[in-house]
Amino acid sequence: MMWQAANALVRRDLRLLWARRGDAFQPALFALLTVVLFALALGGDAESLAPVASAVLWLAVLLAGLLALDSLFRGDAEDGSLEQWMLAPVPLWWLVLARTLMHWATTALPVIVAVPLLGELLHLPRAQLPVLMASLLLGTPILSLLGAVVAALTVGMRRAGVLVALLALPLYVPVLVFGAGSVAASAQGLDAVGALLLLGAGLVLALVLAPLTAAAALRIAHN
Amino acid sequence: MPDSNVSASPLLAVRGLAFSRNETPVFGPLDFAVDSNEALLVQGGNGAGKTTLLRVLAGLLRADAGHVRIDGQPARHELRARFVAYLGHLPGLKADLSALQNLDFLCGLHGRRKAQTPEAAMAIVGLGGYEDAPLRTLSAGQKKRLGLARLWLSPAPLWLLDEPYANLDLDGITLVNRMVQAHLRDGGAALITTHGAYAAPPVRTRMLELGGAAP
Repeated sequence: MMWQAANALVRRDLRLLWARRGDAFQPALFALLTVVLFALALGGDAESLAPVASAVLWLAVLLAGLLALDSLFRGDAEDGSLEQWMLAPVPLWWLVLARTLMHWATTALPVIVAVPLLGELLHLPRAQLPVLMASLLLGTPILSLLGAVVAALTVGMRRAGVLVALLALPLYVPVLVFGAGSVAASAQGLDAVGALLLLGAGLVLALVLAPLTAAAALRIAHN
Repeated sequence: MPDSNVSASPLLAVRGLAFSRNETPVFGPLDFAVDSNEALLVQGGNGAGKTTLLRVLAGLLRADAGHVRIDGQPARHELRARFVAYLGHLPGLKADLSALQNLDFLCGLHGRRKAQTPEAAMAIVGLGGYEDAPLRTLSAGQKKRLGLARLWLSPAPLWLLDEPYANLDLDGITLVNRMVQAHLRDGGAALITTHGAYAAPPVRTRMLELGGAAP
Protein backbone atom coordinates (compact mmCIF):
# COMPACT_ATOMS: atom_id res chain seq x y z
CA MET A 1 0.00 0.00 0.00
CA MET A 2 2.79 2.43 0.97
CA TRP A 3 4.74 1.68 -2.20
CA GLN A 4 1.65 1.83 -4.36
CA ALA A 5 0.80 5.32 -3.09
CA ALA A 6 4.38 6.57 -3.39
CA ASN A 7 4.60 5.07 -6.85
CA ALA A 8 1.39 6.83 -7.89
CA LEU A 9 2.73 10.12 -6.55
CA VAL A 10 6.08 9.75 -8.31
CA ARG A 11 4.35 8.88 -11.58
CA ARG A 12 2.06 11.87 -11.23
CA ASP A 13 4.98 14.21 -10.58
CA LEU A 14 6.89 12.88 -13.58
CA ARG A 15 3.82 13.38 -15.77
CA LEU A 16 3.38 16.90 -14.41
CA LEU A 17 7.03 17.57 -15.12
CA TRP A 18 6.57 16.37 -18.68
CA ALA A 19 3.42 18.48 -19.10
CA ARG A 20 5.39 21.54 -17.97
CA ARG A 21 8.75 20.55 -19.35
CA GLY A 22 9.65 24.16 -20.12
CA ASP A 23 9.63 24.95 -16.40
CA ALA A 24 11.89 22.04 -15.54
CA PHE A 25 15.01 23.81 -16.73
CA GLN A 26 14.36 27.07 -14.92
CA PRO A 27 16.34 26.28 -11.74
CA ALA A 28 19.32 25.14 -13.82
CA LEU A 29 19.01 28.24 -15.98
CA PHE A 30 18.88 30.40 -12.87
CA ALA A 31 22.02 28.75 -11.52
CA LEU A 32 23.75 29.32 -14.86
CA LEU A 33 22.85 33.02 -14.82
CA THR A 34 24.03 33.44 -11.22
CA VAL A 35 27.34 31.83 -12.12
CA VAL A 36 27.73 34.00 -15.20
CA LEU A 37 27.01 37.15 -13.18
CA PHE A 38 29.66 36.15 -10.64
CA ALA A 39 32.14 35.46 -13.42
CA LEU A 40 31.43 38.86 -14.99
CA ALA A 41 31.63 40.71 -11.67
CA LEU A 42 34.92 39.09 -10.72
CA GLY A 43 36.54 39.90 -14.03
CA GLY A 44 36.57 36.51 -15.66
CA ASP A 45 40.25 35.64 -15.19
CA ALA A 46 41.19 32.28 -13.74
CA GLU A 47 43.26 33.69 -10.88
CA SER A 48 40.41 35.56 -9.25
CA LEU A 49 37.74 32.96 -10.06
CA ALA A 50 39.37 29.66 -9.11
CA PRO A 51 39.60 30.32 -5.34
CA VAL A 52 35.91 31.21 -5.03
CA ALA A 53 34.53 28.86 -7.69
CA SER A 54 33.33 26.12 -5.35
CA ALA A 55 31.67 28.59 -2.97
CA VAL A 56 29.91 30.33 -5.86
CA LEU A 57 28.67 27.03 -7.25
CA TRP A 58 27.34 25.98 -3.84
CA LEU A 59 25.50 29.28 -3.51
CA ALA A 60 24.11 29.06 -7.02
CA VAL A 61 22.70 25.58 -6.37
CA LEU A 62 21.32 26.67 -3.00
CA LEU A 63 19.60 29.75 -4.42
CA ALA A 64 18.17 27.81 -7.36
CA GLY A 65 16.69 25.31 -4.90
CA LEU A 66 15.25 28.13 -2.81
CA LEU A 67 13.52 29.51 -5.88
CA ALA A 68 11.69 26.24 -6.50
CA LEU A 69 10.78 25.74 -2.85
CA ASP A 70 7.50 27.65 -2.79
CA SER A 71 5.98 25.33 -5.38
CA LEU A 72 6.61 22.23 -3.26
CA PHE A 73 3.16 22.01 -1.65
CA ARG A 74 1.40 25.18 -2.80
CA GLY A 75 -0.18 23.76 -5.93
CA ASP A 76 -1.36 20.66 -4.09
CA ALA A 77 -2.82 22.78 -1.28
CA GLU A 78 -4.68 25.06 -3.67
CA ASP A 79 -6.36 22.39 -5.80
CA GLY A 80 -7.32 20.13 -2.89
CA SER A 81 -4.79 17.37 -3.59
CA LEU A 82 -3.40 17.85 -0.10
CA GLU A 83 -6.78 16.95 1.40
CA GLN A 84 -6.74 13.72 -0.56
CA TRP A 85 -3.22 13.01 0.74
CA MET A 86 -4.45 13.45 4.30
CA LEU A 87 -7.36 11.09 3.68
CA ALA A 88 -5.21 8.44 2.03
CA PRO A 89 -4.61 5.15 3.84
CA VAL A 90 -0.87 5.86 4.02
CA PRO A 91 0.73 8.26 6.55
CA LEU A 92 1.04 11.86 5.41
CA TRP A 93 4.78 11.96 6.20
CA TRP A 94 5.36 9.18 3.71
CA LEU A 95 3.73 11.16 0.90
CA VAL A 96 5.62 14.28 2.00
CA LEU A 97 8.86 12.33 1.81
CA ALA A 98 8.05 11.01 -1.66
CA ARG A 99 7.02 14.45 -2.88
CA THR A 100 10.11 16.13 -1.42
CA LEU A 101 12.54 13.61 -2.91
CA MET A 102 10.78 13.90 -6.27
CA HIS A 103 11.00 17.66 -6.01
CA TRP A 104 14.72 17.35 -5.27
CA ALA A 105 15.20 15.02 -8.23
CA THR A 106 13.40 17.39 -10.60
CA THR A 107 14.76 20.74 -9.40
CA ALA A 108 18.12 20.21 -7.65
CA LEU A 109 19.40 17.24 -9.63
CA PRO A 110 19.38 19.00 -13.04
CA VAL A 111 21.44 21.81 -11.51
CA ILE A 112 23.91 19.35 -10.00
CA VAL A 113 24.25 17.64 -13.37
CA ALA A 114 25.12 21.04 -14.85
CA VAL A 115 27.75 21.76 -12.17
CA PRO A 116 30.75 20.27 -14.03
CA LEU A 117 29.94 22.59 -16.93
CA LEU A 118 29.39 25.60 -14.67
CA GLY A 119 32.68 24.71 -12.94
CA GLU A 120 34.52 25.11 -16.23
CA LEU A 121 32.98 28.57 -16.56
CA LEU A 122 34.40 29.53 -13.17
CA HIS A 123 37.78 27.86 -13.72
CA LEU A 124 37.09 25.45 -10.88
CA PRO A 125 40.24 23.36 -10.30
CA ARG A 126 39.43 19.92 -11.69
CA ALA A 127 40.77 18.22 -8.57
CA GLN A 128 38.01 19.87 -6.50
CA LEU A 129 35.18 18.63 -8.69
CA PRO A 130 34.68 15.16 -7.09
CA VAL A 131 34.51 16.60 -3.56
CA LEU A 132 32.19 19.37 -4.75
CA MET A 133 29.87 16.88 -6.45
CA ALA A 134 29.85 14.60 -3.38
CA SER A 135 29.09 17.50 -1.06
CA LEU A 136 26.28 18.70 -3.35
CA LEU A 137 24.76 15.23 -3.65
CA LEU A 138 24.77 14.84 0.13
CA GLY A 139 23.90 18.43 0.97
CA THR A 140 21.12 19.42 -1.44
CA PRO A 141 18.67 16.71 -0.27
CA ILE A 142 19.08 18.17 3.24
CA LEU A 143 18.24 21.59 1.80
CA SER A 144 15.13 20.17 0.13
CA LEU A 145 14.03 18.38 3.32
CA LEU A 146 14.56 21.46 5.50
CA GLY A 147 12.86 23.49 2.80
CA ALA A 148 9.89 21.12 2.90
CA VAL A 149 9.31 22.03 6.55
CA VAL A 150 9.40 25.74 5.71
CA ALA A 151 7.19 25.29 2.65
CA ALA A 152 4.71 23.31 4.76
CA LEU A 153 4.63 26.01 7.43
CA THR A 154 3.91 28.75 4.89
CA VAL A 155 1.48 26.81 2.71
CA GLY A 156 -1.50 28.49 4.38
CA MET A 157 -0.39 31.92 3.17
CA ARG A 158 -1.37 33.01 -0.27
CA ARG A 159 1.96 34.59 -1.17
CA ALA A 160 4.95 33.59 0.84
CA GLY A 161 7.81 34.17 -1.63
CA VAL A 162 10.27 36.18 0.45
CA LEU A 163 9.13 34.73 3.76
CA VAL A 164 10.11 31.24 2.58
CA ALA A 165 13.62 32.51 1.86
CA LEU A 166 13.86 34.36 5.18
CA LEU A 167 12.82 31.25 7.10
CA ALA A 168 14.84 28.77 5.09
CA LEU A 169 18.18 30.57 4.74
CA PRO A 170 19.13 30.46 8.46
CA LEU A 171 18.37 26.73 8.46
CA TYR A 172 20.59 26.31 5.41
CA VAL A 173 23.66 27.82 7.12
CA PRO A 174 25.08 24.62 8.65
CA VAL A 175 24.63 22.72 5.39
CA LEU A 176 26.40 25.46 3.46
CA VAL A 177 29.21 25.63 6.03
CA PHE A 178 29.94 21.92 5.84
CA GLY A 179 29.19 21.62 2.13
CA ALA A 180 31.31 24.48 0.88
CA GLY A 181 33.72 23.86 3.75
CA SER A 182 34.46 20.33 2.61
CA VAL A 183 35.59 21.64 -0.78
CA ALA A 184 37.62 24.43 0.79
CA ALA A 185 39.32 21.90 3.07
CA SER A 186 40.23 19.63 0.19
CA ALA A 187 41.57 22.65 -1.73
CA GLN A 188 43.99 23.28 1.14
CA GLY A 189 45.09 19.66 1.02
CA LEU A 190 43.11 18.66 4.12
CA ASP A 191 40.88 15.63 4.39
CA ALA A 192 37.30 16.40 3.29
CA VAL A 193 35.88 13.12 4.54
CA GLY A 194 34.96 14.49 7.96
CA ALA A 195 32.75 17.22 6.58
CA LEU A 196 31.18 14.83 4.07
CA LEU A 197 30.42 12.31 6.82
CA LEU A 198 28.77 15.06 8.85
CA LEU A 199 26.67 15.97 5.81
CA GLY A 200 25.72 12.31 5.46
CA ALA A 201 24.71 12.14 9.11
CA GLY A 202 22.68 15.33 8.65
CA LEU A 203 20.97 13.80 5.63
CA VAL A 204 19.96 10.71 7.63
CA LEU A 205 18.59 12.88 10.42
CA ALA A 206 16.70 15.10 7.97
CA LEU A 207 15.28 12.07 6.15
CA VAL A 208 13.77 10.83 9.40
CA LEU A 209 12.70 14.06 11.08
CA ALA A 210 11.85 16.52 8.29
CA PRO A 211 8.92 14.57 6.73
CA LEU A 212 7.32 14.12 10.16
CA THR A 213 7.72 17.81 10.97
CA ALA A 214 6.51 18.91 7.55
CA ALA A 215 3.47 16.63 7.78
CA ALA A 216 2.56 18.10 11.17
CA ALA A 217 3.05 21.61 9.80
CA LEU A 218 0.84 20.83 6.79
CA ARG A 219 -1.95 19.68 9.08
CA ILE A 220 -1.68 22.87 11.15
CA ALA A 221 -1.47 25.15 8.13
CA HIS A 222 -4.39 23.46 6.43
CA ASN A 223 -6.94 23.92 9.21
CA MET B 1 -30.97 8.48 22.53
CA PRO B 2 -31.41 4.76 22.79
CA ASP B 3 -32.15 4.29 19.09
CA SER B 4 -28.51 4.87 18.07
CA ASN B 5 -27.40 2.24 20.58
CA VAL B 6 -28.68 -0.84 18.78
CA SER B 7 -26.68 -4.06 18.92
CA ALA B 8 -25.69 -4.16 15.25
CA SER B 9 -23.41 -1.12 15.12
CA PRO B 10 -24.27 1.43 12.45
CA LEU B 11 -21.71 2.36 9.81
CA LEU B 12 -21.36 5.80 11.33
CA ALA B 13 -22.46 6.83 14.79
CA VAL B 14 -21.92 10.31 16.16
CA ARG B 15 -22.38 11.30 19.81
CA GLY B 16 -22.26 14.86 21.11
CA LEU B 17 -20.07 16.05 18.26
CA ALA B 18 -19.25 19.75 18.49
CA PHE B 19 -16.82 21.99 16.71
CA SER B 20 -15.95 25.62 17.27
CA ARG B 21 -13.59 27.95 15.49
CA ASN B 22 -11.84 30.58 17.61
CA GLU B 23 -14.22 29.93 20.52
CA THR B 24 -17.27 30.50 18.28
CA PRO B 25 -19.36 27.35 18.02
CA VAL B 26 -19.84 26.26 14.41
CA PHE B 27 -22.17 23.34 15.09
CA GLY B 28 -23.18 20.87 17.70
CA PRO B 29 -23.47 19.08 19.89
CA LEU B 30 -24.89 16.65 17.32
CA ASP B 31 -26.11 13.08 17.70
CA PHE B 32 -26.91 10.98 14.68
CA ALA B 33 -26.26 7.64 13.08
CA VAL B 34 -26.14 6.39 9.52
CA ASP B 35 -26.72 2.73 8.69
CA SER B 36 -25.72 0.99 5.54
CA ASN B 37 -28.36 1.29 2.79
CA GLU B 38 -29.13 4.71 4.16
CA ALA B 39 -28.45 8.30 3.21
CA LEU B 40 -28.24 11.24 5.57
CA LEU B 41 -29.21 14.54 4.05
CA VAL B 42 -27.45 17.38 5.88
CA GLN B 43 -29.39 20.56 5.27
CA GLY B 44 -28.81 24.12 6.29
CA GLY B 45 -28.17 27.55 4.89
CA ASN B 46 -24.83 29.01 3.92
CA GLY B 47 -22.51 29.11 6.91
CA ALA B 48 -24.54 26.61 8.92
CA GLY B 49 -21.49 24.35 9.20
CA LYS B 50 -22.35 21.62 6.70
CA THR B 51 -18.90 21.56 5.10
CA THR B 52 -17.21 21.79 8.50
CA LEU B 53 -19.22 18.82 9.74
CA LEU B 54 -18.14 16.72 6.77
CA ARG B 55 -14.52 17.77 7.19
CA VAL B 56 -14.64 16.80 10.86
CA LEU B 57 -16.15 13.42 9.97
CA ALA B 58 -13.50 12.90 7.29
CA GLY B 59 -10.79 13.63 9.84
CA LEU B 60 -9.52 16.82 8.22
CA LEU B 61 -10.55 18.86 11.27
CA ARG B 62 -10.45 17.84 14.91
CA ALA B 63 -13.70 18.06 16.84
CA ASP B 64 -13.82 19.85 20.20
CA ALA B 65 -16.07 17.30 21.84
CA GLY B 66 -17.95 14.12 21.13
CA HIS B 67 -17.22 10.73 19.63
CA VAL B 68 -17.32 9.43 16.10
CA ARG B 69 -17.61 5.66 15.75
CA ILE B 70 -17.19 3.97 12.39
CA ASP B 71 -18.52 0.43 12.14
CA GLY B 72 -18.69 0.35 15.93
CA GLN B 73 -15.07 1.35 16.55
CA PRO B 74 -13.70 4.76 17.53
CA ALA B 75 -12.65 6.56 14.34
CA ARG B 76 -8.89 6.49 13.77
CA HIS B 77 -6.94 7.41 10.67
CA GLU B 78 -6.60 3.85 9.31
CA LEU B 79 -10.28 3.14 9.93
CA ARG B 80 -11.34 6.36 8.20
CA ALA B 81 -9.07 5.66 5.25
CA ARG B 82 -10.72 2.26 4.80
CA PHE B 83 -14.31 3.36 5.33
CA VAL B 84 -14.63 6.96 4.19
CA ALA B 85 -14.50 8.57 0.75
CA TYR B 86 -14.73 12.37 0.80
CA LEU B 87 -15.72 14.54 -2.13
CA GLY B 88 -15.25 18.18 -1.20
CA HIS B 89 -15.42 21.51 -2.98
CA LEU B 90 -11.85 21.07 -4.19
CA PRO B 91 -11.64 17.82 -6.13
CA GLY B 92 -7.84 17.52 -5.94
CA LEU B 93 -7.36 17.33 -9.70
CA LYS B 94 -4.31 18.58 -11.60
CA ALA B 95 -5.04 20.95 -14.48
CA ASP B 96 -1.96 19.85 -16.45
CA LEU B 97 -2.79 16.15 -16.46
CA SER B 98 -5.37 14.37 -18.56
CA ALA B 99 -8.61 13.21 -16.98
CA LEU B 100 -7.51 9.58 -16.97
CA GLN B 101 -4.09 10.38 -15.49
CA ASN B 102 -5.78 12.26 -12.67
CA LEU B 103 -8.03 9.31 -11.97
CA ASP B 104 -5.05 6.96 -12.12
CA PHE B 105 -3.23 8.93 -9.44
CA LEU B 106 -6.19 9.13 -7.08
CA CYS B 107 -6.82 5.39 -7.48
CA GLY B 108 -3.17 4.70 -6.71
CA LEU B 109 -3.44 6.85 -3.61
CA HIS B 110 -6.72 5.53 -2.24
CA GLY B 111 -6.94 2.11 -3.82
CA ARG B 112 -9.89 1.09 -5.97
CA ARG B 113 -12.58 -1.51 -6.28
CA LYS B 114 -11.18 -4.49 -8.16
CA ALA B 115 -14.32 -4.85 -10.25
CA GLN B 116 -14.02 -1.34 -11.69
CA THR B 117 -11.60 0.31 -14.07
CA PRO B 118 -11.02 4.06 -14.47
CA GLU B 119 -12.14 3.87 -18.10
CA ALA B 120 -15.45 2.24 -17.18
CA ALA B 121 -16.03 4.75 -14.38
CA MET B 122 -15.47 7.62 -16.82
CA ALA B 123 -18.05 6.14 -19.16
CA ILE B 124 -20.53 5.82 -16.28
CA VAL B 125 -20.26 9.50 -15.35
CA GLY B 126 -20.67 10.52 -18.97
CA LEU B 127 -17.05 11.41 -19.70
CA GLY B 128 -16.41 8.66 -22.24
CA GLY B 129 -14.17 10.06 -24.97
CA TYR B 130 -12.59 12.65 -22.65
CA GLU B 131 -9.94 10.26 -21.25
CA ASP B 132 -6.99 12.05 -22.81
CA ALA B 133 -8.37 15.57 -22.65
CA PRO B 134 -6.21 17.84 -20.46
CA LEU B 135 -8.18 18.63 -17.34
CA ARG B 136 -8.00 22.39 -17.89
CA THR B 137 -10.09 22.01 -21.04
CA LEU B 138 -12.95 20.44 -19.07
CA SER B 139 -15.82 22.50 -17.67
CA ALA B 140 -16.56 22.83 -13.95
CA GLY B 141 -19.40 20.35 -14.30
CA GLN B 142 -17.18 17.86 -16.10
CA LYS B 143 -14.56 18.15 -13.35
CA LYS B 144 -17.30 17.46 -10.84
CA ARG B 145 -18.23 14.38 -12.84
CA LEU B 146 -14.60 13.26 -12.76
CA GLY B 147 -14.69 13.64 -8.98
CA LEU B 148 -17.76 11.41 -8.98
CA ALA B 149 -15.89 8.84 -11.08
CA ARG B 150 -13.14 8.80 -8.44
CA LEU B 151 -15.78 8.23 -5.79
CA TRP B 152 -17.29 5.43 -7.82
CA LEU B 153 -13.91 3.68 -7.95
CA SER B 154 -13.27 4.08 -4.23
CA PRO B 155 -13.68 0.91 -2.16
CA ALA B 156 -14.92 2.92 0.86
CA PRO B 157 -18.54 2.22 1.92
CA LEU B 158 -19.22 5.62 3.50
CA TRP B 159 -19.46 8.54 1.07
CA LEU B 160 -19.19 12.08 2.38
CA LEU B 161 -20.51 14.29 -0.41
CA ASP B 162 -20.21 18.03 0.01
CA GLU B 163 -22.70 19.75 -2.29
CA PRO B 164 -22.49 17.00 -4.92
CA TYR B 165 -25.15 18.73 -7.04
CA ALA B 166 -23.28 22.01 -7.43
CA ASN B 167 -22.24 22.84 -11.01
CA LEU B 168 -24.16 19.89 -12.45
CA ASP B 169 -26.85 20.02 -15.10
CA LEU B 170 -30.17 18.15 -14.70
CA ASP B 171 -28.56 15.09 -16.24
CA GLY B 172 -25.76 15.29 -13.69
CA ILE B 173 -28.18 15.58 -10.78
CA THR B 174 -29.90 12.41 -11.96
CA LEU B 175 -26.46 10.81 -12.26
CA VAL B 176 -25.59 11.64 -8.64
CA ASN B 177 -28.92 10.23 -7.48
CA ARG B 178 -28.44 7.06 -9.51
CA MET B 179 -24.91 6.59 -8.19
CA VAL B 180 -26.01 7.10 -4.58
CA GLN B 181 -28.86 4.66 -5.13
CA ALA B 182 -26.54 2.00 -6.56
CA HIS B 183 -23.98 2.60 -3.81
CA LEU B 184 -26.60 2.17 -1.09
CA ARG B 185 -27.92 -0.97 -2.75
CA ASP B 186 -24.42 -2.44 -2.42
CA GLY B 187 -24.50 -1.86 1.33
CA GLY B 188 -22.94 1.59 1.35
CA ALA B 189 -24.08 4.77 3.02
CA ALA B 190 -23.84 8.44 2.12
CA LEU B 191 -23.86 11.80 3.84
CA ILE B 192 -24.99 14.50 1.45
CA THR B 193 -24.98 18.20 2.17
CA THR B 194 -27.34 20.47 0.29
CA HIS B 195 -29.12 23.75 0.85
CA GLY B 196 -32.28 21.83 0.14
CA ALA B 197 -32.97 23.30 -3.27
CA TYR B 198 -32.17 20.08 -5.11
CA ALA B 199 -33.95 16.80 -5.51
CA ALA B 200 -32.82 14.21 -3.00
CA PRO B 201 -31.92 10.69 -4.14
CA PRO B 202 -34.86 8.28 -4.03
CA VAL B 203 -33.48 6.19 -1.18
CA ARG B 204 -34.07 5.68 2.54
CA THR B 205 -33.12 9.06 3.87
CA ARG B 206 -32.60 10.60 7.26
CA MET B 207 -32.47 14.34 7.66
CA LEU B 208 -30.16 16.45 9.74
CA GLU B 209 -30.99 20.12 9.95
CA LEU B 210 -28.10 22.41 10.83
CA GLY B 211 -29.16 25.81 12.05
CA GLY B 212 -26.93 28.83 11.89
CA ALA B 213 -24.64 28.94 14.92
CA ALA B 214 -25.86 31.17 17.71
CA PRO B 215 -24.02 34.49 17.54
